[in-house]
Amino acid sequence: MRKGRIIIEVDRCKGCLLCIAACKPKQIKISKKMNKTGYNIVEFCDEGKCNACTLCGIICPDAAIEVIEIIETEKK
Amino acid sequence: MTSDNKKAFIKGNHAVVEAALDAGCRFYAGYPITPQNEIPEFMSKRMPEVGGTFIQAESELISVNMVFGAVAAGARAMTTSSSPGISLMQEGISYMAGCELPGVLVNVMRGGPGLGNIQPSQSDYFQAVKPGHGDFRMITLAPSSIQEMYDLTFDAFDLADKYRNPVMILADGLLGQLMENVELKRDRKPLYLNTPKPWALTGAKGRDGQRILSLLMQPGVLEKHNFKLKEKYDLITKTEKRFELSGMENNPDYLIAAFGTVGRISKGTIRLLKQDGINTGLFRPITVWPYPYEALKEAAKNVKKIFVFEMNLGQMVEDVRLAVEDSSKIEFYGRPGGGVPTAEELYNFIKGKVG
Amino acid sequence: MSTEKTIYKKPTSLTDRPFTYCWGCGHSTIHKLIAEIVDELGIRETIIGVAPVGCAVFAYDFWNFDVTEAAHGRAPVVATAIKRVHPGKTVFCYQGDGDLASIGMAEIIHTANRGENITVIFINNTNYGMTGGQLAPTSLIGQVTTTSPNGRDVKNYGYPIRVSELLAQFEGVKYLERVKVTDAVSVIKAKKVIKKAFMNQINGVGFSMVEVLASCPANWRKDPIESNEMIDGEISKYYQVGVIKDVK
Ligand SMILES: Cc1ncc(C[n+]2csc(CCOP(=O)(O)OP(=O)(O)O)c2C)c(N)n1
Ligand code: SF4
Repeated sequence: MRKGRIIIEVDRCKGCLLCIAACKPKQIKISKKMNKTGYNIVEFCDEGKCNACTLCGIICPDAAIEVIEIIETEKK
Repeated sequence: MTSDNKKAFIKGNHAVVEAALDAGCRFYAGYPITPQNEIPEFMSKRMPEVGGTFIQAESELISVNMVFGAVAAGARAMTTSSSPGISLMQEGISYMAGCELPGVLVNVMRGGPGLGNIQPSQSDYFQAVKPGHGDFRMITLAPSSIQEMYDLTFDAFDLADKYRNPVMILADGLLGQLMENVELKRDRKPLYLNTPKPWALTGAKGRDGQRILSLLMQPGVLEKHNFKLKEKYDLITKTEKRFELSGMENNPDYLIAAFGTVGRISKGTIRLLKQDGINTGLFRPITVWPYPYEALKEAAKNVKKIFVFEMNLGQMVEDVRLAVEDSSKIEFYGRPGGGVPTAEELYNFIKGKVG
Repeated sequence: MSTEKTIYKKPTSLTDRPFTYCWGCGHSTIHKLIAEIVDELGIRETIIGVAPVGCAVFAYDFWNFDVTEAAHGRAPVVATAIKRVHPGKTVFCYQGDGDLASIGMAEIIHTANRGENITVIFINNTNYGMTGGQLAPTSLIGQVTTTSPNGRDVKNYGYPIRVSELLAQFEGVKYLERVKVTDAVSVIKAKKVIKKAFMNQINGVGFSMVEVLASCPANWRKDPIESNEMIDGEISKYYQVGVIKDVK
């Protein structure tokens, strides 16, 4: 399985929750934090289940999500 | 058109086309309306010859907004129409003023209100010198001969670029249709034609994107923009006033104030009065905005009466009242609805007032 | 050991300014897609956009390329003139359904009929967003808006206009497709379609328009997810998604 993580640009996020609906492994959740504009934003759960599918980024209307793929270069 | 390269015996509407092309206009959009139809007709032939774009717009809303687009893209562009069409263009003119875009417009005025008629008229003085919505000004030039139709149309492009502001030629059906000898100044170099327009939209090559806009929503920003426009209008007012003043050397008892076609007719009136030994001066504003108030004030100082003649119910007369100190000296005579006064008619009016 | 690679991020043709549109607004998604396409086609320095009057009047704050405003409804003719002055540039207009289908209906029809080689992005959110959710020509039958409090009744308000189908009859029109952006799959599809509409212009194919069924959660009084469900449901039932015209 591919692995990844996302970075949410706090001041672009409006907490519309479309990313939460798009994320199959449920790695995004509503946060208690608010951004400058007063939107209740979302945050990444970081439970190691993100598969770098980019669907959250694609659906995010506000271009607030950067998706990073983590590539294992050495087997443990 | 009978013409060599330099001299032509042409209609005013044709002179407008030749002047625009000589001034480097390479985009024209217009919608048919009498009495200016020769302009789009002639333009449809001439513009492609010089490699420019001619579009028969499907309405005046379309033509004025095409001019908006063309000048935003950095071209010299023009549209022409007559009174009802100019009414439709007012929103677009206001946008150009707000965005500081140098569009050129020609209004070959006809009678109104409403559909009115297609006779010559000066019924749009108000909508030229007090145009559209919002706090803005439009440089307005009023020709009175076919030579001036040519010269002032040429000037309009230079003025528009110089100030980044819409400019209107305020002509009328008579000037559009009349034929006269015109000296075409093919060698005249347009000013500012090759001056870079860094504000124009040409693609953001090597730079960030830039905008052309009049929407300024943040508090105070529009107010500041308006004050900046005001500075420009003040500069235009200071530097660009033009007028013809004649007959003042004889210390005339009377002064006629008239623009455009009526200014020209008034010259005949002045000759008739001269035969009776009555000296009369002529004040003919060429820029009706900015209006040459000071020159009129000076000329009106020592005359007994100022006769204001217009082909409307009294529009420019309001500016004359602002200019002269003693407005009880003003006598107005106007012919609305497409009526064109004769020199004799104006002569009789004056005689009736002065005995 | 592991390395990291960014595989999705904000396109560089967007400025750093966060969108000021409401949460979940369709305008945001389409702005982003256009910027992604501009990046991918490498046309940031040669594209010129025309923004409408409507919520997207602020588009010029968000795209980092040349953009002009246009009076309400007149964007297609402003774009036409820019394209005629700069035939080598990519010129597009972006319009809402009040702008394009109501006050600007004459402009879009004649621009289409002249077959201007421009790209039009038409945002159909079935109401007038900016002015507070009034009825648009595209509002559905029965739709409650601030000027149809009892729902759109065809006797009084007429029928919703299918603009893309209307434009399909003009020979000057080369490409028309209707898309939605309600989930990642449809967003990917919409991007392909919009990209094609730009490619058509670059390849000289001619007038291309993409109609996007977009949400206006604020005025629909729905959250973004419910709004997308409405598009997937009744809106796309009336406005069918897919190719309407594609002249090869
Ligand atoms: C001539 C004119 N009439 C009316 C308006 C007011 N107005 C501004 S935006 C708008 C409607 C925009 O609706 P739409 O095109 O659907 O765009 P949306 O806001 O939904 O994206 C109106 C009527 C205006 N600015 N200019
Ligand atoms: S009012 Fe509607 S169209 Fe406008 S920004 Fe808000 S959600 Fe978008």
